Amino acid sequence: MVATTHEPGLKHAHFQTAGLPALLLLPQLLILLFFFFIPSIRALMQAFLLTDPFGASVHFVWFDNFTALFASDSYRNSIWVTIWFTLAQNVVTIAVALVLAFATDRVVRFQSGYKSVILLPYAIAPVIAGVMWAFLFNPAVGPIAFFIKALGFQWDPNRNGSDAMLLVVLAASWKHICYDYIFLVAGLLAVPRSLMEAAAVDGAGPIRRFSQIALPLLGPTLFFLTTMNFVYGFFETFAIIDAVTRGGPAGATNILVYKVYQDGFVNLDLGSSAAQSVLLMTFALLLTLLQFKYVERKVNYSI
Amino acid sequence: MVERSPILTMICHLVLLGGIVLVCLPLYFAFIAGSLTMEEVQQVPMPWLPGGHFLENLATAWIKADFGQLLLNSFIVAIGITIGKVAISLLSAFAITYFRFRFRILAFWLIFTSLMLPVEVRIVPTYEAVANAALPIQWMADFLNIQGLWEWISGSRIEITLEWNMLNTYQGLILPLVASASATFLFRQFFLTVPEELLEAARLDGASAMRFFWTILLPLSRSNIIALSIILFLYGWNQYLWPLLFTTEKDMATAVIGVKHLIPRSDTEPAWNVAMSGALLVMLPPVLVVLIMQRWFVRGLVDSSK
Repeated sequence: MVATTHEPGLKHAHFQTAGLPALLLLPQLLILLFFFFIPSIRALMQAFLLTDPFGASVHFVWFDNFTALFASDSYRNSIWVTIWFTLAQNVVTIAVALVLAFATDRVVRFQSGYKSVILLPYAIAPVIAGVMWAFLFNPAVGPIAFFIKALGFQWDPNRNGSDAMLLVVLAASWKHICYDYIFLVAGLLAVPRSLMEAAAVDGAGPIRRFSQIALPLLGPTLFFLTTMNFVYGFFETFAIIDAVTRGGPAGATNILVYKVYQDGFVNLDLGSSAAQSVLLMTFALLLTLLQFKYVERKVNYSI
Repeated sequence: MVERSPILTMICHLVLLGGIVLVCLPLYFAFIAGSLTMEEVQQVPMPWLPGGHFLENLATAWIKADFGQLLLNSFIVAIGITIGKVAISLLSAFAITYFRFRFRILAFWLIFTSLMLPVEVRIVPTYEAVANAALPIQWMADFLNIQGLWEWISGSRIEITLEWNMLNTYQGLILPLVASASATFLFRQFFLTVPEELLEAARLDGASAMRFFWTILLPLSRSNIIALSIILFLYGWNQYLWPLLFTTEKDMATAVIGVKHLIPRSDTEPAWNVAMSGALLVMLPPVLVVLIMQRWFVRGLVDSSK
């Protein structure tokens, strides 16, 4: 039956067939149930349980897993590592992407050629980006490592924690600049030409126009990108860490997601791993809410 | 632009060239390393011009990592994820925007919530769910104490153990990644912009709901589907964490995992030349997809992130 009433998110003209919508939603909801909701609830339950590695005995321990986490040096270290890693990656990515987007917006010739090449890393798997950067900076054979040493600096990401951190930040940023770049190029394109022309008539130069007109208009885009960069840094850089440093040396690049994996699969500490999952979920929830509250529909994309 | 300023334009070109160098540098060195012998690659400094052993290294990598099988797996998984995600998202978006039913808002929120829960954060429980997808039913049975009930009724003891192991299977690699809130919202957003008159006209012609979906809505969504498919193909091809966990058998792994196994560790011979040629081989399909479908790719990227 077709009816016409108004309800948010529903077409004015719509069907009222019973049963069919349930059938249409079934595949999505079943997959969500099995791979999202049940595992999430499991994680929530496990976080309050203490299980020995062979699963023989299980105790309910209230918040012990959480208090143990915050008492452990390696977890606190992991929090700091994650904060530094995501912050550095965010700053590098946005800064480079902004400069490149500004330049792209100014040039007329070769514009689409530049765009095509700069977009390429998006197609490359994080783990492959990681492997290439690990090679470039490999202290024994890497061509860039050779230069660093030729300049008289010590360089060994296998032993020195800050070298390792620098390396993963570079690899993660290299992989992600293209993402921020394309959104910024789209954002600049959406800045009204008349506004820029008026400012030019008033004697504002290109740099001034960019910083005082385009940049404020890009504000929502920048906020959106910052959130997305945090999501990327927190959850999607697992492969880079695993390929380049495996969280080492001595936990110097052991970001939170990598630690969940290590504690859950390598050390088989299920309660702790689940508690870490729950903390990460809470964090992901906050990031997503932030993103929706401030950014939704304020960014104008037309490329 | 408004005024001419050749110097600034010049600087902009230089900046962009710098960006291109930044993007291409790792790729160039990967290519150089991939074309050298193992002795040459260990020279310090490494040669800056390609050698003549590229195909030879590629052949070594192909055999060493069994890329024939792994690339096939990657194609199956990436295409499976793409088709699965597009199909179930289209159906859910259709149900949510074109049907009025009692739990419409609830269904909407269930899908919406999953957007906030990246799969990466529940590594262990999701692994359990794939290792035995029947586990939830088992938990339910245990919870309801069906065994005890049966024993009480019939006097005989039975053991209920359900198992549906999806490790080392294509469905295990595909299904957990197929649910997609963002694709559902993309299509929902698009459906809301489709003119109302279309459905009314279709109704006058006596079309059923599914017929309207197939003959009108689906053709209209074609460009959205193409754009999104490109992004999803890249997503599927480049997956790392789940193939790493869900495949313990070597020939069920994906190509990306194969590259990781080629990385020289401190206790192995430093075959960086083989590793780099393998890396180039595995990045080729997604790079080609992006280069060929550039226009759609950008649309898909910008749309699906909204």
